Amino acid sequence: MKTFFRTATNEAKLLLVGIPVLIWTLLPIYHLCLFAFSDKQSAFSGALWPKNPTLRNFEVVFGQKHYFLHLFWQQLFNSVFIAAATGALTLLVATFAAFSISRLKVKGGRTVLNMALFTYFIPAAFLAVPMYRTMGLYGLLNSQWALILAMVTIASPYAIWVLKQASDKLPAELDEAAIMDGATPMQLFRLVYIPLMLPSLVAVGTYAVLLAWNEYLYAFLLLSKDTTITLPVALGNFLAADDSPWELLMTTGLIYALPPAAMYYAVKKYMVGGLTAGAVKS
Amino acid sequence: MTTASLSDPRAGVVAPEKQGMTSWQFWGILMVAPYLLIFALFVVYPVFYAFWLAHKPESYVHLFNDPIFIRSIFNTLAFLIIGINLKMVVALLLSGFFMNERKWVKALSVIFILPWAVPSIPTILSVRFMLNPEWGVINQLIFRLTGDDGPNWLNDPQLALFLSILMHIWKSLPFWTLILLAGRLAISNDLYEAASVDGASNLQKFRFITWPSMQQLYLTCTILSMIWTLGDFNSVYLLTGGGPADLTHVLATLGIRYLRLDQVDLSMATIVCALPIILPLVYVMMKRLSK
Repeated sequence: MKTFFRTATNEAKLLLVGIPVLIWTLLPIYHLCLFAFSDKQSAFSGALWPKNPTLRNFEVVFGQKHYFLHLFWQQLFNSVFIAAATGALTLLVATFAAFSISRLKVKGGRTVLNMALFTYFIPAAFLAVPMYRTMGLYGLLNSQWALILAMVTIASPYAIWVLKQASDKLPAELDEAAIMDGATPMQLFRLVYIPLMLPSLVAVGTYAVLLAWNEYLYAFLLLSKDTTITLPVALGNFLAADDSPWELLMTTGLIYALPPAAMYYAVKKYMVGGLTAGAVKS
Repeated sequence: MTTASLSDPRAGVVAPEKQGMTSWQFWGILMVAPYLLIFALFVVYPVFYAFWLAHKPESYVHLFNDPIFIRSIFNTLAFLIIGINLKMVVALLLSGFFMNERKWVKALSVIFILPWAVPSIPTILSVRFMLNPEWGVINQLIFRLTGDDGPNWLNDPQLALFLSILMHIWKSLPFWTLILLAGRLAISNDLYEAASVDGASNLQKFRFITWPSMQQLYLTCTILSMIWTLGDFNSVYLLTGGGPADLTHVLATLGIRYLRLDQVDLSMATIVCALPIILPLVYVMMKRLSK
């Protein structure tokens, strides 16, 4: 009986933390979903659950049946393209650099790594304005490549660092054996290094894709045409109107939020390892 | 003769290896070159360009005479001092909660990471509407329960800034909790068992085992979080837009505000003014991480 009471109070104490945490975490997300599945009237009446749940909002968004959404599919595609290109380019640049520094022991590798780390620690928002002006000088403004290159610049320092840490852990005998067999650096890279680094590459690729997909500030500075902007910029543009169709804004927001969340959970195992390796090394 | 015969075989051994080394160095340079190119074009050049644009002393005179600038320095400090300490203490406590092995706690930890996993724009806009004085769910609830009108949340500068800080905490708390949880999991269980045998209370266990092992990690996390929070543009810009009356700007949003007003010099000068806060933090971080 006594132990029962003790477990009960323990459980109650835990719930006292768990329930507020759950509410705190889910409230904004629940509110987002609530709007997505409500008609405008019900959403604006402060209802706590959708009185007549409806998919009408999704119909409007997917059918591009609103002025703010007339380019929805194009903008979704822009987001996908920019995220994919950033992921691919970051992986290319960062894997090359990490291989060069960690396995080929290129001279000055340590300096390159420090430069990358330094860039990683500069808050991206502070680099945004200089970057915006520079892109103007390079004649890249309004081109999606401006955003892709900016995102690669921001993503690759962390990517290089995580990949370098991971590849330092590969045994040195691998390289030696490969050299004995007369492998060239490129063969070593393709046939030995890439396959062994696959888990870290997944983590880093996901990191870069999510970074680009989620980016708002750079996207809204560097892109301005309705046909080139990404979804988050389109969402921000909703705010410009006085009578914004908030239920549609939230619906689009929900659609936009789902892919990265799904992707995050799919590769969570790798992400957590990579992230902690990145941030914890103290 | 002897020197030749001695040096010849040595040369024979060294030469191919040396040749191999140079080929490796050649490939090494070739493979690190793409990053160096990106670094030069999109980091070095913009940074020098920014300093060049920010070189005029008038800009700084103008800045320090702008009450909005002074205000945003205080706002930024509030973000750093109140926001981050609050966040890190809660993260430290919650990481202890998530050490629990119960199934529902494990399930909760999966849900708990959601704010970090979803992009910030939709959720911030969702909160923005929740706080709408007329149509938002919070004030409608207050009206239904008390019959009074709720506060005009985002129209009060202090309240709006505090809500931006809460928004920031909502978004980044899961990440830091996870990192600190990893730190807690790295502590050997034997220590706790030995302490239990000696009859230590939970508080004593925290004070004498958990905290000493986590101190360094906690400090690293706090510094890193400070650096990143300085660059948190979304939590302020999308929730309050810097308003009311430009009173809730932080340095990150102020730079963009000047840019939009076509005052690029001031925008760059704002960034330069943030450097005395950023650079020491970055220096400490680099020291800690390159150990």
